[in-house]
Amino acid sequence: MSKTARLRISRGSPGEARYYDDFDVPYEEGMSVLDALRWIRTHLDSTLAIRYSCINANACKTCMALVNGEVEYTCIAKLRPSIITVEPLPKRPLIRDLVTDIVPDEEKL
Amino acid sequence: MSHLSADVLIVGAGGAGMYAAITAARSGASVLLVDKGQVGRGGATIMAQMTVAVALGEEEPDSPSLHLEDTLRAGRGLCNEELAALVCEEGTTRILEMDQWGVRWARENDHIKQEIAPGHSVKRCCYVDFLNTGPAVAATLRRKVGEIPEIRRVSNLAVIDILVRDARALGAVALNLVDGDLVTIQAKAIVLAAGGLTKIYARNSASANMGGEAYALALWAGAELIDMEFVQFFPIGHLAPRLVGMDPIMWDPFRYKLGGKLLNGQFDEFIDRYGSSDFGKYNATRDIAAYAILKEVEAGRGTPHGGAYLDFRHISEGELRSAFGPVIDRLLANGIDLTKMPVEVGPMAHYHMGGVRVDLNMQSRVEGLYAAGEAVGGANGANRLSGNAITEAFVFGAKAGSTAAEKAKQSKFGWDETLTMVSRNQVEQLRRNAASGGTRPSHLQAELQTLMWENAGPFRSGERLAAALARIEAMQRHDLPNLCVGAERQFNLDLQDWFELRAMLATAEAVVRSALGRTESRGAHRREDFPIADYRLLKNQVVELKDWEFAARWVAPVRLNRSQARHA
Repeated sequence: MSKTARLRISRGSPGEARYYDDFDVPYEEGMSVLDALRWIRTHLDSTLAIRYSCINANACKTCMALVNGEVEYTCIAKLRPSIITVEPLPKRPLIRDLVTDIVPDEEKL
Repeated sequence: MSHLSADVLIVGAGGAGMYAAITAARSGASVLLVDKGQVGRGGATIMAQMTVAVALGEEEPDSPSLHLEDTLRAGRGLCNEELAALVCEEGTTRILEMDQWGVRWARENDHIKQEIAPGHSVKRCCYVDFLNTGPAVAATLRRKVGEIPEIRRVSNLAVIDILVRDARALGAVALNLVDGDLVTIQAKAIVLAAGGLTKIYARNSASANMGGEAYALALWAGAELIDMEFVQFFPIGHLAPRLVGMDPIMWDPFRYKLGGKLLNGQFDEFIDRYGSSDFGKYNATRDIAAYAILKEVEAGRGTPHGGAYLDFRHISEGELRSAFGPVIDRLLANGIDLTKMPVEVGPMAHYHMGGVRVDLNMQSRVEGLYAAGEAVGGANGANRLSGNAITEAFVFGAKAGSTAAEKAKQSKFGWDETLTMVSRNQVEQLRRNAASGGTRPSHLQAELQTLMWENAGPFRSGERLAAALARIEAMQRHDLPNLCVGAERQFNLDLQDWFELRAMLATAEAVVRSALGRTESRGAHRREDFPIADYRLLKNQVVELKDWEFAARWVAPVRLNRSQARHA
């Protein structure tokens, strides 16, 4: 029987009540949390806001989030076939869903 | 709607874009450097875990003219020799400049270390240990760019249209991902440095955020593209077991340093069956290795994930550790013990030889519109020599930045607000579709990626290409206008996906049409219905839009005057 990971994702925009959405993702050995987030965007809910660039290499360093309460790069955080909570970084201003403002001030409009 | 203004606008902040920003500012221009992701963190440069080819001659005698010879040989007769010579000649200056700026090229006995790589006749390839070339280069350029007050940087700003009047570029319209607003930008000169097109393929190895935007923006602006059929497929991208925290092209440096056997699914060596040799060394060029692996797969001799085995089991753990130190632990954390198991590798879209047709000043046919880095077409002909991509990012970036700044000095700002209406109306139209519940852009992106991989990838035929073209045209006409994007303002990735998809489709069409036109096999372009090279096609294909229809023509390759080459 194929395994599933359930991602419990913190959603919402600043000023709104935050809520959690659960998504079930088919699990394969070796998958990252970012793999699961991207799978959700393509197959279940494309409105989910996430930030990433290099996807796999841990080179761009832009995909950080809280995974089960720990700050992690989602591209190297291993997925497990269990319930995984993903939340935005707590100390950064929220933009939406899992995206926080991590851009240096001098790179903003 | 925000409005920005700068002498020089640079679209894309990878290696080429950041280098262009530095030289443009050095030439006295005010610079606006924008990236759809974060400045200095997207694109291909930061992903380069491997080497940079330059004729420093630190290991053994070398010269730019010898580097050029190797580059032209790899290009299978189709290089723009002037552009290739520029890369080889100015590459040495740039690499030493980067050294001064603090990139720590690996050294040995007080000199920069250089390794041999496929297609090079001498040890020529510099790198930063361990597998850290791209991140180190990107960090150095980010720091340098940050020190220059004349450079204004903006992250998460995706340019979606270049504004052109009377064949002169006046500015651009961009989408601010953070708040969903459009931003207009006025500039005297514009440099397209948004990289290549790997994202149009399902299997790809570079940063997957390059969907051919530079090519599409250039095409729509009235510029010409050249050599669009030549997509480089990196032969030994990582397929399995699943590996996170590393770029899939990471096995290349392992092979430079240690060799490693390339075996088919029956554990036999096979490259020699395809007119090249490998035998545990690393001799086969990229185009032949990619072709050979997929031919083995087609003949039923592939590995479970559709590739070949790469086997290091004959190399001791001590040797592995001394060559790659911490990387060995990262592999073990992924459950990969190279002393006990082979890995599976296979071809992946990696780099694009084609691109914007420019002159030696990096200027396109459109006045004030320049290109830099992978966005430039022609220097690498039908197949790029390994190690030349970062070199070209530096050289073309530096050149484009300084010539764009010179152009800006001689020019006045122009503006035409009506030109911005196309994009404004487009976004409004998309927002009206928001509640329709229709297909999302990411679905169509996924379909296009599979379509291109299967029909316009390492194996091509007239039939498959025609099928791809028909579907691409249908997507453009019927699907694209009716896609649904979310109503969210902040970080609406659907909206970004839609504009990316529009560019991906235009670029995919240019690739497919050019591939259909080239009825031969040469370098990275392999037609199963025309398996051999045709000397009559020793020419470059140029495409452009005429009244929004594709038009193609053939031109003779730009050759160097040979006496000039000798003195290079």
